[in-house]
Amino acid sequence: MSNIPKDLRYTKSHEWVRTLANGTVEIGISDHAQHALGDLVFVEVPEAGRVVAAGDGCAVVESVKAASDVYSPVSGAVTEGNGALADAPELVNQDPYGDGWLMRLRPQSAADLAGLMDADAYSKHLESEAS
Amino acid sequence: MGLRTPLYARHVELGARIVDFGGWDMPVNYGSQIEEHHAVRRDAGMFDVSHMCVVDLKGPRVRGFLRYLLANDVARLQAPGKALYSCMLREDAGILDDLIVYFMTESWFRMVVNAGTRDKDLAWIRKHAAAFDIEVTERKDLAMIALQGPNARAKAATQIGAGHRAAALALGAFVGAECGDLFIARTGYTGEDGWEVMVPATRAVAMWNSWSEAGIKPCGLGARDTLRLEAGMNLYGSDMNESTHPLESGLGWTIAWEPAERDFIGRAALEKTRAQGSARKLVGLLLEERGVLRSHQKVVSASGEGEVTSGTFSPTLERSVGLARVPARTGAEVQVDIRGKLLAARVVKPPFVRNGRPLVS
Repeated sequence: MSNIPKDLRYTKSHEWVRTLANGTVEIGISDHAQHALGDLVFVEVPEAGRVVAAGDGCAVVESVKAASDVYSPVSGAVTEGNGALADAPELVNQDPYGDGWLMRLRPQSAADLAGLMDADAYSKHLESEAS
Repeated sequence: MGLRTPLYARHVELGARIVDFGGWDMPVNYGSQIEEHHAVRRDAGMFDVSHMCVVDLKGPRVRGFLRYLLANDVARLQAPGKALYSCMLREDAGILDDLIVYFMTESWFRMVVNAGTRDKDLAWIRKHAAAFDIEVTERKDLAMIALQGPNARAKAATQIGAGHRAAALALGAFVGAECGDLFIARTGYTGEDGWEVMVPATRAVAMWNSWSEAGIKPCGLGARDTLRLEAGMNLYGSDMNESTHPLESGLGWTIAWEPAERDFIGRAALEKTRAQGSARKLVGLLLEERGVLRSHQKVVSASGEGEVTSGTFSPTLERSVGLARVPARTGAEVQVDIRGKLLAARVVKPPFVRNGRPLVS
């Protein structure tokens, strides 16, 4: 059973969002997603300043098996990409909700966040995908 | 639900991630594919390859039949148990399959063909076997387990009958022998030393478990693919298929041109291509930048365009390697279109890794 922290919001495409104290949000991929992808060998994160719309491909996570796009859960301006992943893509496998975060951005509107799933809804979503 | 090997339930118990592989439900990994890869390069790993198809060919004219059926020449097989790698071609020299054939006795040869090509291969073999009065038997009663890595033979040998141990360990490269109800061959698809063992399907789980207890790590088809690609070995369906011929697939070395009077299926077409010179060749690629080569990516060079046929991240080299079919005159430097960006790659001669050691840098 995959780990789904209660304090995060989730998308159907398996990204998670954490609201930080300064009003920016941190974005990564869920434990379920990293497990499904397998060992990551290459991660491409966006540069600070890039403006993304909700649903845009904003990062690429590539495992031994395949490359996958990561979609921005919300619209906003990127404040930071996780530079540590260039040399240590395995952080996403080891700590998907911590050191394996992909990017931080300043959301355009708080309303975007409200539209995301909470942990219970995401857990049900995983069950429905599995069946 | 796909086809399942006798070990399927065991893979599920071990927590394997199961994927469809040519119609078979097979384990792609049991956790970390990269750890499984390293286990084979550094110690010992084992793979369930029971989806592959073992075919026994029997009859007094079997050697003559195979000299006609296969592009390599089984006349080279003189010692019992000796194996040969060969392509089986269509009349137009398109590759129907690649396979291993073992010389068992003068009236019995054994072939191992790919899982995904089983039905068409059997139909093709039977069609041509009729004229030679060959009995063709698919050995569905056998499972197959590949034990690979520098310590694989020593560890595996502890679990076979004591009376067969010395003989099994004495097998030379590309030689197999019947050891009780096992058929043990010193062959593989990883670039490491090891065995491929045919086991009665009823004993497959027991042998798998005993080898696991002997310290041989279960490995999935994911690691098998990165290992074979590092070893520069082709995968049927990716690096070659019916619309490509051996000379543009890095398999010219498997064609036995001599004796010139031997007629084999595809020979006339292949001779013509050989005389004209093949327009394309299969090469190894080493990606010079960050990213991962994948099949079907476009290769761009001064000599024209080509295509990546297999690509992966190499756990041993910690960079991406691949095989690509490119124009014959392609030089040492190319670019590969990876997700819309042209990245530099170097053309190298496979293998990339052999017996645990990198051969490129």
